[in-house]
Amino acid sequence: MQEVLNQRIETAKASASYLPSEERTKAMTWLQANGLPHAKAEEYKYTHLTKVLEKEFSLQAGVAKSVVTKEQLSGLLFESVEAHHVVLVDGVFAPELSRIAADSKQLEISAFHEAQQKPAYLQYAAKEAHAEADPFIALNTAFASNGLFIEVKRGAAVELPVILYHISSASDAKPVIYPRNLIVVGENAQVKLVEHYITLGEAATFTNSVTEIVCQQDALVDYYKLQFNNPSAHQVGTTQVLQVKKSVFTATTVSLDGKMLRNNLNIVMDDEHCESNMWGLYLLNGKSHVDNHTMVDHRKPNALSNENYKGIMDGNSTAVFNGKIFVRQDAQKTNAFQSNRNILLSNDASVNTKPQLEIWADDVKCSHGCTIGQMDEEQLFYLRARGLSYESARAMLLHAFAADVIQNIKIEGIRTLLEELIIERLSK
Amino acid sequence: MLSIKNLHANIEGKEILRGINLEVKAGEVHAIMGPNGSGKSTLASVLAGREEYEVTEGSVEFLGKDLLELAPEDRAREGVFLAFQYPVEIPGVSTTNFLKSAVNQVREYKGLPPLDAVSFLSMMKERMKLVEIDQSLLSRSLNEGFSGGEKKRNEIFQMAMLEPKLALLDETDSGLDIDALRIVSQGVNKLKNKDNAVVVVTHYQRLLEYIVPDYVHVLYKGRIVKSGTKELALELEEKGYDWIKEEVGEVL
Repeated sequence: MQEVLNQRIETAKASASYLPSEERTKAMTWLQANGLPHAKAEEYKYTHLTKVLEKEFSLQAGVAKSVVTKEQLSGLLFESVEAHHVVLVDGVFAPELSRIAADSKQLEISAFHEAQQKPAYLQYAAKEAHAEADPFIALNTAFASNGLFIEVKRGAAVELPVILYHISSASDAKPVIYPRNLIVVGENAQVKLVEHYITLGEAATFTNSVTEIVCQQDALVDYYKLQFNNPSAHQVGTTQVLQVKKSVFTATTVSLDGKMLRNNLNIVMDDEHCESNMWGLYLLNGKSHVDNHTMVDHRKPNALSNENYKGIMDGNSTAVFNGKIFVRQDAQKTNAFQSNRNILLSNDASVNTKPQLEIWADDVKCSHGCTIGQMDEEQLFYLRARGLSYESARAMLLHAFAADVIQNIKIEGIRTLLEELIIERLSK
Repeated sequence: MLSIKNLHANIEGKEILRGINLEVKAGEVHAIMGPNGSGKSTLASVLAGREEYEVTEGSVEFLGKDLLELAPEDRAREGVFLAFQYPVEIPGVSTTNFLKSAVNQVREYKGLPPLDAVSFLSMMKERMKLVEIDQSLLSRSLNEGFSGGEKKRNEIFQMAMLEPKLALLDETDSGLDIDALRIVSQGVNKLKNKDNAVVVVTHYQRLLEYIVPDYVHVLYKGRIVKSGTKELALELEEKGYDWIKEEVGEVL
């Protein structure tokens, strides 16, 4: 693998990229020295992405050679949701397929190549997602050639959600796709962001994405990551968040399908009175595998983080949850809560869950809990004793279990859509 | 209506019911009393279809059907209602929400069309008065954070909505203060008519001052060892259960 990787790096060195060159070089050097995670690497031991890459995919950055038409996308976008619809094909921003009705005084959306001189781009591009922190951040930084830059201007409250559709054209060459996003939300600005992944056709895909999000003072950001389009999708994505004073960031990650999905959500609370919420739901069957690694780093006092991930697992599906909470010595009066609850519906499904709290401050409130169990027989019996069939009682209980994650989704059209998908899935 | 013959039941290999015989007719109220561990709650659970109990012998006929053959939901649809001793908490499911499905599944079983939202709500409003229960309680997660009294009132409210033919009240009085007991009992009495029947399982006589039984049975070591009228309950209240144990001890 290392040999192939080194060859690709040599090729990439010679080709153009709009990512900051210093960070790009750093990433390449790091990859040459360290490579991709081997089977026993602690952080990736349950999710062997390197093996999949080696066997099935070409590391070459995906070139958007296949032309995707509006017709091909019809029915795949959330047409009924009033939003700024931003389409990216194989990692490349496609303005002709997008529908953006933004006032540029509030919201600017552009490709990296158009953003090179913008102060917010210069200040933050590739500055928070560090190559040495994660091999797949390094891989993306080394091989992504362009990206999407979104700036929400100071004081702007963007009413309509911004939905990013990552379209994989799934060409025969089986390239890896490297979406790269930088989103800077200005002081006292508000925005709702959605990342949604779509594969055209049935082919297996491999997406390695990095989304950096900066929440400046008093910013309010709702971020959604949706994964339900392709049961043969492989994804490893990092959402790297920087929070400045009094900002509120909420991430909701919903995974319903995927061959192998790895979501890294890293939040650095670099200032006082920040709040971050991490909600997650994975509802899996078949052979789906979802791995959620979250990290919240409390660096300053008086901040709150709240995390609730829930899993319902059927068939031969597997899930991993790893929740790191760091409370630095300076971060007194931190409140940090974490919960991961799982229901296994079949004997062949499995979950590995690991809370990881490291606390250096002494005046903090932290709690964590994880459970893995089966359906509650007593609850089932209660509902059946009132005349509900076994199937509807079961669906009702599972739906209620999932509901406290879904209810937090503030974009009504998307919440309704997910509700429908979930009800359909649970009634099977 | 209900005919129990020589009913034996085990849980985890331990025999709890050891030959119950009981006949309940429409319009009657039966009280089943007995010391702790005598099998009172087991009897109610077996009738409602709780799956951890294994019936090893005997039969239960309900309105001409073999009750033991039916799944719990079908027993409910046929008209059996169990008011739980410990109503379970279900986060995320409200009473209103699940009762609407329950009422309509029962109706479907009986070949009736489903109730629309308006009819369901007006039925709810009317039945809420019976047990003086508040709408806000019914919109909350079922039993989560409810007081003991609220849980039991909610059970009787559900009974009012489902209009069972046979109501099994499993220690509905336990943990209730006198005011809540009065409200719950009044609710049950208002629902009582010549076509339905009530079986009250209780340890104490107090509930029977409000829900007056036609027959009182004493359950001891898995058998009905004595039957009588409401005077038997008064006697048990006064003398406790020891004299029964002695009397039975001689026989057993």
